[in-house]
This record gives sequence, C-alpha cells and structure tokens, in this order.
Amino acid sequence: MGKQVLVIEDEPNIIEAISYILSRDGWEVKTHSNGHDAVEAARARGPDLIVLDVMLPGKSGFDILHEIRGDAALGQVPVLMLTARGQNKDREMAERAGASRYMTKPFSNKDFLDAVRDLVRS
Amino acid sequence: MVTLNLLILICLAYVVFLFAVAFAADRAAIRGRGKWLNTPLVYTLSLSIYCTAWTFYGAVGFAARSGLEYVTIYLGPTLVMVGWWWALRKMVRVGRAQRITSIADLISSRYGKSNGLAVFVTIFAVIGTTPYIALQLQSVTLSFAVFTEAGAAIPLSHQSTALWVAAGLVLFTILFGTRNLDANERHHGVVMAIALEAVVKLFALLAVGVFVVWGLSGGVQGIVARIDASKIAEFDVSGSRWAGLTMLSAAAFLCLPRMFQVMVVENEDEGHLRMASWAFPTYLMLMSLFVVPIAVVGLDLMPEGANPDLFVLTVPLSEGQNGLAILSFLGGFSSATSMVIVAAIALSTMVSNHIVMPLWLSATGGTAVMSGDMRNVALLTRRFSIAGVIFLGYLYFHVSGGGTALAAIGLVSFAGVAQFLPAMIGGLFWRGATRSGAFAGLGMGFLLWLFTLFLPSFGPGTILPQAVFDQGLFGLIWLRPQALFGIVGLDPLVHAVMWSMTLNTGAFVLVSLLSFPQPVERLQAAQYVDVFQHSVTTGSWSGGMAQSEDLLIMSQRILGAPQAQAFFASAARAQGVNGYLPEPSPKFLNQLERELAGSVGGATAHAMVSQIVGRAAVSVEDLMAVADETAQIMEYSSRLEAKSAEQTRTARQLREANEKLTQLSVQKDEFLSQVSHELRTPMTSIRAFSEILRDTRELSAGEQAKYSSIIHDETVRLTRLLDDLLDLSVLESGRVNLNLQAGTLGNMLDRAEAAAGAGLRIERGKADGDIVLTTDLDRLAQVFINLMANTRKYCDADEPVLSISTMRTGGDLVIDFVDNGCGIRAGQQAVIFEKFSRLGDNTVGGAGLGLAICREIMTRLGGAISYLPGQAGAAFRVTLPLETRVAAQ
Repeated sequence: MGKQVLVIEDEPNIIEAISYILSRDGWEVKTHSNGHDAVEAARARGPDLIVLDVMLPGKSGFDILHEIRGDAALGQVPVLMLTARGQNKDREMAERAGASRYMTKPFSNKDFLDAVRDLVRS
Repeated sequence: MVTLNLLILICLAYVVFLFAVAFAADRAAIRGRGKWLNTPLVYTLSLSIYCTAWTFYGAVGFAARSGLEYVTIYLGPTLVMVGWWWALRKMVRVGRAQRITSIADLISSRYGKSNGLAVFVTIFAVIGTTPYIALQLQSVTLSFAVFTEAGAAIPLSHQSTALWVAAGLVLFTILFGTRNLDANERHHGVVMAIALEAVVKLFALLAVGVFVVWGLSGGVQGIVARIDASKIAEFDVSGSRWAGLTMLSAAAFLCLPRMFQVMVVENEDEGHLRMASWAFPTYLMLMSLFVVPIAVVGLDLMPEGANPDLFVLTVPLSEGQNGLAILSFLGGFSSATSMVIVAAIALSTMVSNHIVMPLWLSATGGTAVMSGDMRNVALLTRRFSIAGVIFLGYLYFHVSGGGTALAAIGLVSFAGVAQFLPAMIGGLFWRGATRSGAFAGLGMGFLLWLFTLFLPSFGPGTILPQAVFDQGLFGLIWLRPQALFGIVGLDPLVHAVMWSMTLNTGAFVLVSLLSFPQPVERLQAAQYVDVFQHSVTTGSWSGGMAQSEDLLIMSQRILGAPQAQAFFASAARAQGVNGYLPEPSPKFLNQLERELAGSVGGATAHAMVSQIVGRAAVSVEDLMAVADETAQIMEYSSRLEAKSAEQTRTARQLREANEKLTQLSVQKDEFLSQVSHELRTPMTSIRAFSEILRDTRELSAGEQAKYSSIIHDETVRLTRLLDDLLDLSVLESGRVNLNLQAGTLGNMLDRAEAAAGAGLRIERGKADGDIVLTTDLDRLAQVFINLMANTRKYCDADEPVLSISTMRTGGDLVIDFVDNGCGIRAGQQAVIFEKFSRLGDNTVGGAGLGLAICREIMTRLGGAISYLPGQAGAAFRVTLPLETRVAAQ
C-alpha cells in the first residue's frame, strides 16, 4: 500500500487526470471538491500529501492552506498548490501561506509526478 | 307673567343660538366659504360692542338724571369715525403691517418693542376694564331681578346669577376666542356672534322706543309734548362737562382694549373702515333715538325712586308687554355679553403675551428653542387669562355690591383707558416721541386717574378717608382728589379728566423732547409715522449669525409645525434657496418677527428672535460707519470663496478621475486573471489526458475513448469561451452591427426553445405570437437562449418549469422569465451580470459570461435585462422598447 494523497480540486476532468496519474504511480488517491469543509476532510484522512487548487468554491486555497499550517495534526503535511492564474503575486501569496511547492496549470504529468515524489521523500 | 324659569329658558336658547352661529361662522371660515363673514357690514356691526349694557340700559338712566348729556357718549365716537377717519385708517394700517395683537402691543412695539411698557399698559387696561366687566354682570343681574320682583316664585340671589353668567361667558370666550393662537387671525365665530348681538340690541331698543312713542304717548306729537312737560327739558348742561365727556368718549373709543380688538385686530380689510365711517354713526344715532322718550315716559309712569337705568325693561313690563320686555331683556343681555367676550379676549391676549409669556420664557431659561411646545403654553395662558379677567370682574361686582349707578363706573373706566391716548396718538404721528416720554405720560396719567377718579369713586371713607377729600393727601391742601391745585367747583369727572390728560400729555411731550430714542425706537417710529410711505419696511436686524434651523425649531413651537414650515419654505423659495431653511437675511428676520408677533406680541417676538440671532439691533450710525468697510470685505471674501470653491471642484474632479483610472486598472488585472484561469483550466485537462494517451501503452479501449472525449469537450469549451470573449468585446466596444428585422416574439421564443429548451418545461402565454418587433432577431434570440440555458443549468427543482409572460407597460414590452427553483440569493443578485460571475460549483461548466453578454445585447437593442426579486424562483425581466430606438452605431 502506497502513500495517501488528498486532492482538493473542483474541476471534474482535472480530478480524473490527477487521480489516474497518481494511482498509476502507486498512490492511494482521495479527492475532495469544495473549499468549505476541505480542512475537516484533510484532518479526517490524515494524508501524507495534499494537492490543493487555489480557486475553489466556498473557500480560497490560500485560506485552506493557512488553516492547515495552523493545525497541530496537519501542520507538517507537505502541500502542493495548483493554480490556473499564472501571475507572480499568486506565487508569492502561496509561498507566504506556507505552500511546500507551487505549480501553474497546465503542467506536464512528469513534472507533476516528480514534484509529488520529491515532496514526500524529503 | 313671565316666570323666571321661562326667562332662563329663553336666555339659554338664545345662548345656544349664539353658540351655533359662532360655530357655523368658524366652520365656514375654515372651509374658506366665509366671504360673507368678511363684509364691511359685519365689521361695522362688530364695532357696536361700544354700546354695552351701560349704553343700552344706562343711557336712559343717564338721560333721566342729566338730560341730553348722554348724547356725548355717542357724539365722541361719531366725531372720531367721521372726522378722524384718516387717523383710524393709519392705526389699522400700522396694526396690520406690524401684526399688532393689542393696544399694549401697539404702544410697546412703537417704543422700541419695550416689554416694560406693554406690561404697564396691560395692567392699566386690566384695572380699567375690570369695573366695566363688573358693570355688565351687574346689568344682567339687575335685569333678572326685575323679572324676579315682578312675580317669580323662586327668589334668585344676585350673586349666583352673576356667577352663572360669568361662567357661561368664560366658556363661550374660551371656546371661540382661543381656537387659534395667532391673535392676528380673526375670530370669525366671535365676530359673527357679536354682529348678531348688535342687531338684537338695536332691534330691542327700537322696539321699546316705538312702543313708548306710538303705544303709550300717541305718536310723535304726544311724546314731544311730554318731553316739554318733563324735568329733562329743564336740565341745564354745563359746557365744560359736555366738551369733557365728548372728548372722553372719543378717546375711549380709540383706546378701549375691546374697541382696539374689533377695530384693528379683527379688521380684515382696511376698506371696511369706509363703510363704518358712516354706518357706525348711523347705528349710534338709532341707538340714541328713543333714549329721551323712554326716559320721559319712564319718569312719568314709574313710581318715584324706581331705578331709571332699568326703564327699558320696567316700562314695557309695567304695561303688561311681556314679549317686548323679554326682547328688551335679550337686547341688554346681548350688550353685556358681547362686551365681556371681546374685552376678555383682548385682555387675555395682552396678559398672556406681555406678562405670562415673558415670565415663562425667562423661567425656562429663555431658550425658546429648547423648551416644550410654546403653543400649548400660550393657549393655556390665554384661557386662564380669560377666566381670570372675567372672574376679576365678578369679584369687583361681588365686593362693590353692585350699588353704584351704572353710568358712573362706565365713565371712570373711560377716563382710565383714555390715558393711553397721548402715547398712542403721539406714537402714530410724532417721530420724536420716545419710550421714556410714553412711560412718563402714562405713569402720570395713571396716578392722577387713580387719585382723582378711581379711588374717590368708591366714595369717601371706603379707600380714601374723608380727611383726604377735605384736607388733601398728607394734609397738603393742594392735593385734594377733587380739587387738585386748589381748583374748586369743577365737576369731579371733568376735573379728573382735565388734570390727568393735561399732565399726561405734558409729561409725555416734555420727557420725549428731553430724552433720546434708541435705534429700534427710531426705526419703529419711522414705520409707524410713515406707514403709508413705506409699507415695505426696512430691516432692523443685523442678520448674519442667525441659525435658520434654530429659528425654525422655535417657530414650529409657536406657529405650529406645518405653518412654520410653510412660512420658512416660502421664504426660502423667495430667496431662491431649496428646502426649508432660508438665509437669515434681515428681511427674512423681520418677516419672521412679524409673523411671531401675530402670536405672542411684538415685544416677546423681538426678544425671542434676538435670543437666537444674538444681536437685537444696531444703531443706524454704526451701520453707516461700517457699511463701506463691510461691503469691501464682503466683496473680497466672496471672490475668495468663489476661487476656493472652484479649486475644490477641480480637485474633486481630479480625484474622481484618478479613482476611475485606478478602478479600471484593477478591473483590467482582474479580467486578465479571470481569462487566464478560464483558459488554463480546460488546457490542464487537455494536456494531462493527451500525455496519458501518448505515454500509456496499456490503455483499454474504453479508457481511450473516454479520455479522448474529455479532450474533445474541453476544446469545445475553450472555443466557446473564446467566442464569448470576442462577442463580449465586440458588444462592449460598441462596434457591433445590428441586423434589424421584423419578427414576432413568438417566433423568437420558438427558436430559443428549440435551441436550449430540451429537458425543460416552458409555459408561455398566447399573446406572444401577435407581438411584432423590429430588432436584431438573432441577438434577442441569443438572450432568450441564454436565459433558458441558465434555467436548465441552475434550476434546482425536480422538474424545472420556466414560465414566460409578456405585458406592455407604456411604450415598453416586458418579458419575464420565471422558473420554479429556489432563486438567487439577494447578495448575489447584484453580481450575476458581471463577467465571470458564476453561481455554485464548476460542475455545470460555462465561464460566467452569458448574462454579461445578455446585458450588453439588451443595452445595444435599447432595452434592459434585470433580475426580478420576490418571485417564485429565479426571475429575469427583459424590457424592450416597442418603438424601435436601437442604440446601434
């Protein structure tokens, strides 16, 4: 059984793509598609890694990240942030909020897998 | 025989009738149908309150005692009306221009709005009028007594009669005299009632006269013979007493508070004076016509010692003419009641405006702005004053026992109020008259009247001891009350009038010459003396610092809110200012002060306005000196103000432009960021799945098909997004070409339904098919398609139903799209037409441009689209002009 990853993303097709890529790489993939209760979902699952989209219905990815970093149980979990808004200020905001890694959509599958493996190994 | 009960019944019926007349007149005046109330005839008749019970009953007694002397009482007013018509006109003009409420107000306003003077005149007037009211009560009581003695079963106490009459008068006067606070507003009901009473008393006296001449004396020749035979013809009349009495009644006619009330305050139209100038003397002439015949016949018929004051009643009664006696009784009753009513109104106005209100103002800290409703206080004061004045009269009657001959009290009263004459006439005609002069004259006159007439009138030993009459005050022989300065042998009345009036006038003139008038006095003097030259008056307010709002608050308390607001609003309009607050210009302050004076009197109004404005008045000299300087400073400062206002305007424009630019820039960033997001999201899926398809060997056929179709759907989505963006950009830039065609609404809805109506039940009215529109049919259909597609996407009902209804309002066609879902939350209704605004999660796709495009399209078509809150579900309203006025370029 591989490591568990929680994907918080609202686009169904993107969820499907990421799930496929990660499960082929041996990950146990859980998904969650809205911002409201994303932190509760993360707490409940206790994943080894979180993939977090910025634009989510209900709550912004930055707010969720802030809560994760402030949480005792989840505080150390690596977070890979994905955003469709490729502006510099988004990157800065993500780093300030405590993202472990930041990727702009669209991305190549290989880069994505490399980043994920990198985060869990280190 | 007339029973007492019948008499009381008749009396009550008459009073009820008067109430009805007064009530009807008031109602008619309120409804504006009171034109007939406002005629010279009614005015003239109302003047007849000069003829009180004293003249009704007393003139006959006067004639029986002293022959033709009674004529002087009528001669004085006649001379005034005929010869002094122009002076009366001036008084009325001043009274109306300055909104004078009473004679005290007239005098105090003239002399620098001095409240001290007003208080003095008021007290004087109350003292002078009280015996007169007592006199009226006495006459009613005596006339009742005549009937009682003539055979009533129950003896009626004089005192209780007087008390009941007094109470009734209080009630009537309060009911009809204090309905309005503004004393300058006419008491239509009261005036009408006293005009009616005037007719009754004239008719009664004439009826008795006719009865006496033709019924008892066998016609004119018979009565002439009787007069010749009577003692009356023998009375020789002293010239000095004639002149003195005529002058006295003339003065009293001008100065009596009640005469001032009907002549000036209740005057509606200066022109009425013209008719009154001949009609009133005629009335007096008719009143006096039968006085001598009645007196002569009375002396003949009645037993020795019968009271000649009551001949008018007793002669018909002794002849068994009960009906005539009752008529005569009603005439006397009318005379008495009308006098008391008007006198009480006049005095209560003076007492409340000049004594109670100033006291109340200073007791409440003198801040008219902060304290409660002045109107209630003023009205209450006036009501209490009415009761107080009439009660004082009753008290006087009670104490004096009602024994004195009627005419004597009347003349004492006349001589008292005549003391106002020098100050009043001087104020109207002589610019040099000053307040100090007025004080000196009034004071002197009052003291002399008190000492030589009023106190002695109670008889030696009552108030003034016999020793004073014989040896003079403090034993000074030249201070004997009826032989002042050693002048003996004069008639006491003539003596008192001569001395008091001479010294009064002398002191008034002398002190006026020696003293220096204050600026306000000067301004008022000019306004009084030259009232015909400038009815539009110049200002005495320095203005400037006044707070219009404070003034409004104060005025509302005095005039009542609607009236004050209307007054302020009209003043503001006249100044070209919007709203309720005019600039406190001197002109406005003057108008306001005069308006307030109508309610609380000149002195109080002046005091109240000056409390708020700060500075009451400036001296003319001061004004002249600073005028030039002020004008320069004001010009300079107004130029500066104009400049600074311009700069402020420019700065504001710049700030607004900058804000707009910043906002635009923010909007642009936001837009680009949104576009980026909308483009990258489908591209992410496309890239991921295309890499999966490329790199993964062991994909099943199903997976391949699935992932390919995802790629396909996402490219379609991308294309649609780009189309929408371009469409929106074209629409927003206004470079859109509209393809105008005629078509029916029904057709367009059919097209839309075919394109987007799948899975949706659409309910439509029948009328759609007939409505022909000339517009861009494709664009309008696009809007309809969008709305239907939205319903399909967002309506959360199990079976979505969209009802489309159309109606015409004005020149517009209104089409409502209402679904059966749960609608759009109020907070989001405002943003749904913005670009990239999407409701709910992303599962339904779409970039959130649809409604933004719809809005642009409708704007281009000259119509509008809006969210319609408060419907069953989500509701959109499309409005389109029926006449094509498309905003195409």
